[in-house]
Amino acid sequence: MRLLRIGSAVLTRCRTTLHPARKYATERNLQRTCLYDFHVSQGAKMVPFAGWEMPVQYKTSISEEHFQVRNSVGIFDVSHMLQSHVSGADRCAMMESLVVGDIAGLKDNTGTLTVFTQYRGGILDDLIVTSTDQGYLYVVSNAGCIDKDWTNMVEAENIFRDAHRDVKLERNMNALIAVQGPLMTKALQPLVNFDLSKLPFMTSTLGSVAGVQNCRVSRCGYTGEDGVEISVPQGDIVNVLEKLLASKDADVKMIGLGARDSLRLEAGLCLYGNDIDETTTPVEASLTWVVGKARRQKADFPGAEIIVEQIKSKPTRRRVGFLSTGPPARGGAVIYDSNGVKVIGKITSGCPSPTLKQNVAMGYVKKDFAKNGTNVKIEIRKKLHDAQVAKMPFVPTNYYIPK
Amino acid sequence: MAATMLVRLAKQTSRVTALALRQQTFVASCLQPFSSSRLLANKVFTEKHEWIELSDGGNVGTVGISDHAQESLGEIVYVQLPEIGTEVEKDGEAGCVESVKAASDIYSPAAGKIVGVNEALSDKPELINKSPLSDGWIFKVEVADLSELNNLMDESAYRKFLETEE
Repeated sequence: MRLLRIGSAVLTRCRTTLHPARKYATERNLQRTCLYDFHVSQGAKMVPFAGWEMPVQYKTSISEEHFQVRNSVGIFDVSHMLQSHVSGADRCAMMESLVVGDIAGLKDNTGTLTVFTQYRGGILDDLIVTSTDQGYLYVVSNAGCIDKDWTNMVEAENIFRDAHRDVKLERNMNALIAVQGPLMTKALQPLVNFDLSKLPFMTSTLGSVAGVQNCRVSRCGYTGEDGVEISVPQGDIVNVLEKLLASKDADVKMIGLGARDSLRLEAGLCLYGNDIDETTTPVEASLTWVVGKARRQKADFPGAEIIVEQIKSKPTRRRVGFLSTGPPARGGAVIYDSNGVKVIGKITSGCPSPTLKQNVAMGYVKKDFAKNGTNVKIEIRKKLHDAQVAKMPFVPTNYYIPK
Repeated sequence: MAATMLVRLAKQTSRVTALALRQQTFVASCLQPFSSSRLLANKVFTEKHEWIELSDGGNVGTVGISDHAQESLGEIVYVQLPEIGTEVEKDGEAGCVESVKAASDIYSPAAGKIVGVNEALSDKPELINKSPLSDGWIFKVEVADLSELNNLMDESAYRKFLETEE
């Protein structure tokens, strides 16, 4: 048994995600969010994650925190993520030069999941772009990719400016929290000055939260549950958190990265660096839906030739979900055909699902094996175990989408 | 240094206690101060958070993980037991426990042959969480060289070790 204090959101030696090079880097220059002291005061166990010292779990266990979010309300600190604003008349064109989404086609205060791609169609990062009615795009991308994403956006800004186009890129240093769970509105509604029932999934507004003006509240998250992400000035965030945690209308608790991982896996959502990276295209990653219709026709984003061609002729491999019993399949496990003879792919992440009481995983398989219900074998510690290709999300999502 | 001495004392204690019990003398009561609790008296711990307890007078050791280990792992959902009859090395892999977040190898505290496994864990892996030092034992190893256990820690030394690890 090896109980390490380092790991990607893990207390133990983790077979799944730890890359030695990254581990080395994170042990040295760990950054802290403005909520570090707050986490420690709440009894959090802090671990390195993507260069940041983050809470992996609080006093309870990972699965208790998991069910807290599935049944009530949980709050995640996601302040380590990169928030930026792109303004100017040509802001949509600038973002569209980097991502595959139809940014120009977004209605006011509506957002979309999209991906930055590189020239070979590989995914540089996944992100959410919201077109605000305040004259800027609100962009949120992953903590582990901050350097790369920022460089990428600054470069695009320079190119556009050199061509006398009107764009301006600014970093938003607010704290960011995700408030997630079926009772989120019960806890949050009494604290805000707008009607949450008029804020459907993937829309965003500015409003006052717990008396703090100009917070950006976006109906999204990464747990499969109803929820919001709230961007709050750093100096006010503890006040907002304390008010939410003290809610008399719903049980609200802080939740760590451990449960965030099992929640997003059950919801079938990709973790950048595990399930998607520069070697996978959005089509292979079963994220074809993020490639905007108008963008496919124009084919004007990085890697468009390859991506558009893959949409037409189907990729040779695809990201799919797996269900199994026995030992959980984790990232890196090799997938065989049902005879256990032919290697057909690899698991990219997986865990025992607290909700389903069986194992969930995702990975890439050759296209002939991608159909739901296909029987496969997964090699775990030198033994082959049965698994089936299964539809994702594994646990039905509960987003707020009024009819 | 203090830890090593404690380990030696504990080891002597365990052997002498066994002898004493058999002979039903008063020796056992004289040895009480050396062990903080009867349950843990014969257990020694590794720096990797396994424990091993030798059967009285024998060379078969029962192996499990410490309370600290089970608590750090969280709820255990699957245990891969070693196969009976396989030879394991000291600090060699001898199974694996899986929690929601991670798979963690179990290492054998000593070299030897696996002579028993806790089949109850196949259906009830949570026994490790509920009773890490007793019902949640994992396997039994026939220890080839008992001196390999000399450097392991008794309970109080292990507690001190945990403090330095914090």
